[in-house]
Amino acid sequence: QQIQEEMNKQLFDNLVSFLRRSHSEFQEKATEWTCRMKSREIPTAALVLGVNVTDHDLTFKSLSEILQNNITPYVASLQAKDCPGIKNLMQKLMGQLMNCYVDADSSEEEDCAQVSPNRIRCSMTSLISWYENITKKTDSETPNRKRTSSRHLQSPPVVVIFKDMESFTTKVLQDFIVISSQHIHELPLILIFGIATSPMIIHSLLPHSISSLLCIELFQSLSCKEHLSTIIDKLLLTTQFAFKLSEKVLQVLINIFLYHDFSVQNFIKGFQLCIVEHFYSQPLSVLCCELSEAKKRVNSLSHSQCENIRRLPSFRRYVESQESEKQIALLTSDNFLKEAVQKLLEDLHVYHENYLPVLRCLHVFTSSLPKYPLGKQIRELHCACLESRVWETEDYESSLQLARMLNKSDLVTMLQKCVEIFVSSSGKDFDKVVEKLKDFLAQFQKLEGACQEQGESISSQKELQKKTDLYHLQKSLLELKESRRSKKLTKFEVLRFEVVDFIDSLVKNYLVPADHQTLHELVYFSRAGALREHLNAAPRVALHTALNNPGCYLKHQALRSDGGSLSNKAPDVCIVYKLHLECGRLINLVDWLEAFATVVTAAEGPSGDAAVSDQVDDVIHARFIRAVSELELLGFIKASKQKTDHVARLTWGGC
Amino acid sequence: MSHHGARGGAALEVRFVPDEDVLKHIAEDAAFKVRKDKPQLAVSVKGFVKTLENISDDEAQEMLEEKSYVAVLGIRTQDSMGDGSGVGGGELYTFQTPKRSGKMAELASELARTPGQSEAPDCTECPKKNVKTPQSSSNKKNEFVSTTPYRLRRRLTAPDTQLESESEYSASCSEEEEEEEEQKESSTVAGRKTPAKTKAASTPLSKKSLSKKMKEDKMSNLVEQYFEAHSSSKVLTSDRTLQKLQKRRLNQETLRDLLKKAPLPYAAEIKELNQQHESLFSKWMLQLHLGFNIVLYGLGSKRDLLEKFRTSVLQDSVHLVVNGYFPSITVRSILNSITEEVLEHTGTFRSPLDQLEFIVKRFKEDSSLELYVLIHNLDSQMLRGERSQQILAQLSSLPSVYLIASIDHINAPLMWDQAKQSLYNWLWYETTTFSPYVEETSYENSLLVQQSGSLALSSLTHVLRSLTPNARGIFRLLARYQLENKDNPSYPGLSFQDFYQQCREAFLVNSDLTLRAQLTEFRDHKLIRTKRGADGVEYLLIPVDDSTLTDFLEKEDEDV
Repeated sequence: QQIQEEMNKQLFDNLVSFLRRSHSEFQEKATEWTCRMKSREIPTAALVLGVNVTDHDLTFKSLSEILQNNITPYVASLQAKDCPGIKNLMQKLMGQLMNCYVDADSSEEEDCAQVSPNRIRCSMTSLISWYENITKKTDSETPNRKRTSSRHLQSPPVVVIFKDMESFTTKVLQDFIVISSQHIHELPLILIFGIATSPMIIHSLLPHSISSLLCIELFQSLSCKEHLSTIIDKLLLTTQFAFKLSEKVLQVLINIFLYHDFSVQNFIKGFQLCIVEHFYSQPLSVLCCELSEAKKRVNSLSHSQCENIRRLPSFRRYVESQESEKQIALLTSDNFLKEAVQKLLEDLHVYHENYLPVLRCLHVFTSSLPKYPLGKQIRELHCACLESRVWETEDYESSLQLARMLNKSDLVTMLQKCVEIFVSSSGKDFDKVVEKLKDFLAQFQKLEGACQEQGESISSQKELQKKTDLYHLQKSLLELKESRRSKKLTKFEVLRFEVVDFIDSLVKNYLVPADHQTLHELVYFSRAGALREHLNAAPRVALHTALNNPGCYLKHQALRSDGGSLSNKAPDVCIVYKLHLECGRLINLVDWLEAFATVVTAAEGPSGDAAVSDQVDDVIHARFIRAVSELELLGFIKASKQKTDHVARLTWGGC
Repeated sequence: MSHHGARGGAALEVRFVPDEDVLKHIAEDAAFKVRKDKPQLAVSVKGFVKTLENISDDEAQEMLEEKSYVAVLGIRTQDSMGDGSGVGGGELYTFQTPKRSGKMAELASELARTPGQSEAPDCTECPKKNVKTPQSSSNKKNEFVSTTPYRLRRRLTAPDTQLESESEYSASCSEEEEEEEEQKESSTVAGRKTPAKTKAASTPLSKKSLSKKMKEDKMSNLVEQYFEAHSSSKVLTSDRTLQKLQKRRLNQETLRDLLKKAPLPYAAEIKELNQQHESLFSKWMLQLHLGFNIVLYGLGSKRDLLEKFRTSVLQDSVHLVVNGYFPSITVRSILNSITEEVLEHTGTFRSPLDQLEFIVKRFKEDSSLELYVLIHNLDSQMLRGERSQQILAQLSSLPSVYLIASIDHINAPLMWDQAKQSLYNWLWYETTTFSPYVEETSYENSLLVQQSGSLALSSLTHVLRSLTPNARGIFRLLARYQLENKDNPSYPGLSFQDFYQQCREAFLVNSDLTLRAQLTEFRDHKLIRTKRGADGVEYLLIPVDDSTLTDFLEKEDEDV
């Protein structure tokens, strides 16, 4: 139960953080609308949302919530699938407006109850009369009502949201716009179009005569990638949540996001699934919680749980690295083990605390390098660090090379950023680091003056050489070159190297991949395969495998085959399937049946030979029928009218 | 070497024979079979991988599903995280290259020993093809594919002699087997593989680069080939029908009885599989409660599994089982059973959407209300429509409605767009059970012709029995006329005027109107179909196959 609670808390946090973000995003937009209400045309907001359709619902929900809270109580949101005609649209609109009116003040309930929204004749006029009705009422109502309405404007506009503009029929939209533009004076209407593709769609959907009635302003919502990075930032790159994802899992989730749907919601869903799976499959995940809590729980571990800990591969590694008497103690005494585990958990926590600031710091350095050898986003860097020792990779090497060529102003700003990161982080080890970085900064400051001096001296040198003749010039230039090569680097260069080396040392100290840590199994979820199986399944592959190679599933000796060939003892469906693969667009049932009978009788052995002389055995016939209808159910074939007793093949290679 | 003769005579058919041969040899010589099949599959897979590069699989998806399979696998490997368990289908294709090279070499050496033979058929074939359809080679290919095993048929007509001679045949003609096999390679890769492949196999060393080039050439033609194949309406298959098989048609009961007699193979293994799946029950419960819905996929009936889940876990909770495979199931009936049985609401709704709204409202009001919905075959004919899926998705998105469903159709996931998928919030579980789809297929009229005949006949007699003698006479007249014309493939039906004339002559009707009224009745019972010809004349047809009609007339004559 504890686990459950904790998990729920985390999920909730997810959603809240997501919502909060979209809220803030729309706050400013909402205020904008209020000032545009006086225009003669219908004020229209086109909201470009991008292709991640699944997230739109949430966005719209929060949007209408904000609108309702801050601007107007009259918000209706329409979906294309509810509105096949103008009549349905009006009906829906009325219904929603009436309802939200009821929500706005419950005293008016009986009024609305009399006219159930389904029965009133839905027309613009009735809408207007209703609107006038309520606005009048709000004006002449008791002071406590006034207060609520004063929060809204004097005559609150009616906001109509079209959630998926593209899928509305043009006729309906046009009619609605024309009608409402006639009544715009009586009814302050505001339209919001949700657009998934591009703003051009408005003009392609609506002819000029219609779109001229609208006063369109375009808003761009945050791209889903930014949403994702915020989410990752808030969920994964904090020490707040004990639960972590291993590199592969994160990679799977991000791939699904990038290659399949761009849906932040689905990403969150995947993350939730990870949590569920982790807590379900890992018995020791009780320890995956806040440090202080975990320490308490360690004390109450049962013997079997201790055994579980001893079985963890990372713990074994740890034990092996200890001295022999300690090893024995760890393996035999539960109490000793618990103490050790507590210490290890603390280590793990400290590791995380140190890991993140250093990661961010490294990201500051690498994210501005040309060609982004370690990735543009921090999540890529995170993956790289989790996967292996990052400093052993080629990309890291090249990024360090590039970092050694940074100019001074960039370097200084980066260092300043790093200082900020370290200061804000809670790690205890970072005091020295901060000091060192500040020291670097100071040295850069000092250099500034020195540099200028140096520059002067060089220029004077050149001045001198100008007066000499050509031969001397050549000679002196050569000398100069020599000296350059052998000369010690400038002070700035030395300092730059030092900085880079320092960062390098930080990385080597703190960015050790998580699976080198003892007890990392407790908090890291690593079963990427399972995750992918559940989220991004491939039912076709499964079917294909089962039909082609039943031995994969049925562990029977007769079915064991190497090289993908099918034994004649395979289940009937498989044989029938295999036979049908050889056929073209149409399959003659008789031939198919005979081929099947031949295979099956052969499988049953020579004794069957006599029975199959020229009539197919009834049982085999029945089995064939079953197998064929199973294939039909699976969608491989269908009955065909083209020729008698033929079926059509529906799948690959049907040409 | 008589086979050579056969091949020369009918080059088109020859290609197909070996396939069946192989299946025969499977019976006798397992070791040999393995050797044969392996290179074949390897080659075909390789072919697909090759073609992949040239074709954007978006466009070619439908015609070359296999490619997208490989594409999926490709993506998986590209993802660089083949975590073993995740790559279900990967193993299918793992044998690709390494084995192939060895086999090909072996084959090549085999062929090297008999160079004359291996080259000969190729040569004889190629010119012939060119003579036949000189303009395009791909067209021919398609004809290859669609030919039926001519020789197989011949063999089957005399199966005993053939079976006897089989072993001898395989022993003596091993070289020929090899070349047949090689031809088979090209034929199984059906339509996209080319003769170039065959040649490549026969002389891999010398012509390697050439054949490669040719292959690439062909691959780019793939799209054209597809359309060519589908533009030609002519399909070459044998004309044999089940009629001629002298086989009595099986009805549902006998079929079931027969199947009961036949022992289910691998029962133990299937049981083991099921036990694996059953161990997931508690996990499913947890995940259902956390707002996910579960969808099961994989070969084999998942009905028993779901039933077991129901009986073992859901015994004490409110649950609804939907048999999606049932041919008359509708979303409406599902919603009705929820409102009536679960919510105990008596009242009707104007539309399913209203009903859904009501259900949503009730579930939101009363948080103690919980409902488990089990749907067998969510992808069945009746439920796969867009609207029904939308409604079900909305239903399943309710937090207190827990949906667990099974899908079987290969294209089932195409039912859902992103919006629906996010409403469903699926978790996929692969539950391959290999158990036969007994229930699921029994309702479907999918037993093809075998069953529909008997059904149609009984329904015919039933309907006719309830009619007046005059009406029966009218129908008989039409049936006779249709049977007389059964050899005429372009028979349009009996025109109304002629029919009227005949009926009058037989004293069956006295006016145009009575005949029309009678015909309307027939049409309502789906006994006849009317069709307007090019000249605007109405033609009448009985949409029943000739044999049933003959049976029917015989029976009628007995009665009369």
